[in-house]
Amino acid sequence: MRFFLRRGLFYVITFWAAVTINFFIPRIMPGDPVRALIARNQGRIPSEAEASLRILFGLDQDTTLWQQYLDYWALLFRGDLGISFTYFPTPVSDVIAQALPWTIGLVGIATILSFTIGTLLGTGIGWRRGTWADSLLPISTFFSAVPYFWLALIAITIFSVTLGWFPASGSYDRSLIPMWSWEFVGSVIYYGTLPALTIVISSISGWILGMRNMMVTVSSEDYVTVAQAKGLSERAVMFGYAARNAILPQVSSFALSLGFIVGGTLVMEIVFSYQGIGYLLFTAVAAKDYPLMQGIFLVITVAVLIANIVADIAYGILDPRTRQEG
Amino acid sequence: MTLTTPETGARRAPADDPVLEIRNLSVDYGYDDDPVHVLRDVSLTLGRGEVLGLAGESGCGKSTLAYAATRLLPPPGLITGGEVLFTGRDGRKTDILRLDDQSLRESRWQDLAIVFQGAMNSLSPVYRIGRQIADGILAHRPGMSKADAMARAAEMLELVGISPDRLRSYPHQLSGGMRQRVMIAMALALEPQVLIMDEPTTALDVVMQRQIVEQIAELRDRLGFSVIFITHDVSLLIEIADRIAIMYAGEIVEDAASLDVYQRPRHPYSSALLHSFPPLRGPRRELTGIPGSPPDLAKLGGGCHFRDRCAFAWDACAALAPRLTAPDVADDDPRRTTACLRHEPERVAAAGFEAKPVPAELAG
Repeated sequence: MRFFLRRGLFYVITFWAAVTINFFIPRIMPGDPVRALIARNQGRIPSEAEASLRILFGLDQDTTLWQQYLDYWALLFRGDLGISFTYFPTPVSDVIAQALPWTIGLVGIATILSFTIGTLLGTGIGWRRGTWADSLLPISTFFSAVPYFWLALIAITIFSVTLGWFPASGSYDRSLIPMWSWEFVGSVIYYGTLPALTIVISSISGWILGMRNMMVTVSSEDYVTVAQAKGLSERAVMFGYAARNAILPQVSSFALSLGFIVGGTLVMEIVFSYQGIGYLLFTAVAAKDYPLMQGIFLVITVAVLIANIVADIAYGILDPRTRQEG
Repeated sequence: MTLTTPETGARRAPADDPVLEIRNLSVDYGYDDDPVHVLRDVSLTLGRGEVLGLAGESGCGKSTLAYAATRLLPPPGLITGGEVLFTGRDGRKTDILRLDDQSLRESRWQDLAIVFQGAMNSLSPVYRIGRQIADGILAHRPGMSKADAMARAAEMLELVGISPDRLRSYPHQLSGGMRQRVMIAMALALEPQVLIMDEPTTALDVVMQRQIVEQIAELRDRLGFSVIFITHDVSLLIEIADRIAIMYAGEIVEDAASLDVYQRPRHPYSSALLHSFPPLRGPRRELTGIPGSPPDLAKLGGGCHFRDRCAFAWDACAALAPRLTAPDVADDDPRRTTACLRHEPERVAAAGFEAKPVPAELAG
């Protein structure tokens, strides 16, 4: 129990530090968002509106940084992340809430697929090292060495433009109304296949390679030989003893990659014009939309922290040595 | 069991009722055109109920022999010839090297169990020890319930002096000595007839070594299995083994009752090995190491492989490879064998060399 309390305290402190840094960074950055907003609207906002915009964004009061910091925390606990400059006047939380499911759905599924397939392949290749199966390694490494945007463009050229199998961009058929119907879900899957496929292809080699190398290391451990000597079936030795121990480092990198799902697929969302959070961050940065940026950073931070907690728990379940008992 | 008076000789004649016969076993390392011949025509017989010690310097092929005989040799090891005959309780002989995968799996642990060198790494760190003992049992007793297998595992732990509530412990919660006991309990769970122990006590401190060795001796007396005990520690073998085989550079150079090896070594290497550790009782004597180092197995030539380090070598040793024969000493146990040209005067003479007698040091 003390173990979980200690870990819990650790995460609370990390969360506090992340939020604090997140609070200060935009305030250190140069530039005036109100001027930027007026300039971007190219005269459609009269310059007299500047004062009212400042009031709206809360930039009129001359409060101390400390007071702002406290207010920020208070608003944060109410789920109020401010109003987006770009999607004015939509609240940041609504903007993020719209984009987040798309990213988590697509990239999450692609990451889980990539991890599962890659780890299984790695198990097989590592177990039968030195056979033809090893030739799969350079092939998969090749695809991960290719820059992702280029791989994605090639995939679009071949599968969307030339063959016409998949749409080149977007997340669903725009003639449909988003709702829980088979037609709409089918369209989402259809639009998501190509982006997901490119993510899997470009990330799978890491899983294969990691698992394969751990399998090779673990296979020469005495307990695997003992399992063989016990007369267990080949499957039982391979999965129960070799893979069961080889998967431990994989699990922690998997949990970490879950954390990066939220922020790390910027390129994919740009290439496929996918309406996820990466694309949102990209527009926020381009438009100096500080509240949105801050909100997205917060979401990414929380996602990484949650992934870390998941990794901690998973590791505790899988490896008794990390559990502090008694 | 006291230190300097090992139990006398071969209590049971090994050749009469063999349980495991290794015949002309050869092992190469490397799949290319120029493999290293690590074992060359090694023959060894283990009698029922016997403790056979296998000793030799590091890298002489002791462990390779154990792995090859159980077909657990990791790549790039390759068994190139020979047979390993196992005689079951019903008297049926099977060649382990020619079993198909299915029968090999069935035979493992049931007929022949093995305890490995790394006491620390022989147990998977992620499973409780009860489960690890039980899954070996369940693999061979398909009808058995999990609860029964666990009960059997508890029984085995008690047998080696560990409290059964340790079944729910993970390996990292046990000391090194306990882990090795768990391994022994695991190996004996199916009452195998042969137990191969590859340096089972090397990683343990001396006190723990002693406890483990005594435990093995006691269990052997109770359960009546045979043991091949591999170690580089000859003094330990003299205590536990009925018979000792000395290996050098992938061959067996002497095979005799343990008291005979201890008091009347017939091979220069055995003699040198015995002089490299101090006796606990009796007159003090000068300790002499063995000059030189073991030969590179990849560059073995003909003749006797020990000749460069041997005090008794002469020109015949470079030309003729010695064979395992009865020693050329009157009143010796006729079952003991040694591989030294000093004991083969006729062959040396027939090859046109000057036959030299057995030196006094090796005829005492």
